[in-house]
Amino acid sequence: MSQKVLLNAKEVNIILHRLACQLIEKHNDFSKTVLIGLQPRGVFLANRIAKILKEDYKVKDIQLGLLDITFFRDDFRRGDKPLEANTTSINFLVENKTIVFIDDVLYTGRSIRAALTAIQSFGRPNEIELLTLIDRRFSRHLPIQPDYRGRQVDVINDEKVKVNWMENDGEDSVYLINK
Amino acid sequence: MSELSVNHLLGIKYLNKQDIQLIFETADHFKEVINRPIKKVPSLRDITIANLFFENSTRTKLSFELAEKRLSADVINFSSGQSSVKKGETLIDTVNNILFMKVDMVVMRHPNPGACVFLSKHVKASIVNAGDGAHEHPTQALLDSYSIREKHGEVKGKNIVIVGDILHSRVALSNIFALQLQGANVMVCGPKTLIPKYIDKLGVKVETNLRNALNWCDVANMLRVQNERMDISYFPTTREYTQQYGVNKEFLDSLDKEITIMHPGPINRGVEITSDVADSKQSIILEQVQNGVAIRMAVIYLLASKIKH
Repeated sequence: MSQKVLLNAKEVNIILHRLACQLIEKHNDFSKTVLIGLQPRGVFLANRIAKILKEDYKVKDIQLGLLDITFFRDDFRRGDKPLEANTTSINFLVENKTIVFIDDVLYTGRSIRAALTAIQSFGRPNEIELLTLIDRRFSRHLPIQPDYRGRQVDVINDEKVKVNWMENDGEDSVYLINK
Repeated sequence: MSELSVNHLLGIKYLNKQDIQLIFETADHFKEVINRPIKKVPSLRDITIANLFFENSTRTKLSFELAEKRLSADVINFSSGQSSVKKGETLIDTVNNILFMKVDMVVMRHPNPGACVFLSKHVKASIVNAGDGAHEHPTQALLDSYSIREKHGEVKGKNIVIVGDILHSRVALSNIFALQLQGANVMVCGPKTLIPKYIDKLGVKVETNLRNALNWCDVANMLRVQNERMDISYFPTTREYTQQYGVNKEFLDSLDKEITIMHPGPINRGVEITSDVADSKQSIILEQVQNGVAIRMAVIYLLASKIKH
């Protein structure tokens, strides 16, 4: 197994600020916009983006929800292990709002497909956008593309992209792991 | 969190502590799901479940059916009253015929104890016991423990008394197994004629005085007197039973502490508990009903995840 650094802490930080600025450019004061972090790994990114928007760019009212897609996945009973559920915490309705889904790595697009179904339980949003830190190019199973991307990478199927966060893994970094 | 140690839910006796923990954690997620504006998830789209009820039921049947539908499973229903069982078909034949219509899971209630265990040895499908005679009713016991956990934080170390017709009750037996597995102290209380002779061998306390029992406990699970299962008289009159073992508000208020009242339903109002007790804020009877759907969703989801096509 070998691994290569795709992004170090400084680069991650620059990208997070850029993504936050792109969001502000499109959504102004976020009065009609909600951020939804996808469980489990998208939550770290969502929390970071929300924090940057609040503290560095003084956006006052950020609505942030966490969405678990376990029960909406299309690979139930197809894997070796049962799927593990996480908490969903959305204490607002998304009716007529613009939603930004936030996830760390966009790979096959199947999680996003599941999230698109799952979010219907909370109302009919006006529009749904997708923000992802890493976009694995040429690996999509579904016609899904991000609206905001941190870094686009070309990765072959045997390789894995691992995103680490300070609060969970002790450092901010992105690795390409060769199995 | 991983997977259940069993392929069927035949009784609490076959589960271990980790299984119960896993079912509760999964039920927590489903409880959140059923409180959403849209209460349905598509997990079990490719699963078909047969509900076979060889004995009457309202709550359990509705609760199972709702749980299955909230998971998007296809559901077929069967009650023995309108079926070929009346024409003399055997249980295995009935179930095998249903399974050849490509059914993946069977939820069964049957008047004979052990019917589900028997079936699990002879047919290829996951079996969920929805009550077999006076033997076990595992999902009821799970939802009872889940409701206690919700109200009191944990089941471990709590004093729980089961009051009433212990002799004919599958709820009592499953509850005893489930509560003991989680480290609770269990007592049964009722007229001597309605308490099985060797029940103390299960490690439960036995008490015939209701006041002593309720002063000891944190939670009282009040069972119904199952008149339909009684072939002889076990107590002189219903009025006398109520005087000795019924709980009214006055009695409840006169206790040393505020206890929680549970009831698996259906309630005979005015017999084992009066209306003002059933509807008081100490009662969690309706929470039990809501938790029943979440628990059954969890059980079906976890068992379905072990089915391989």
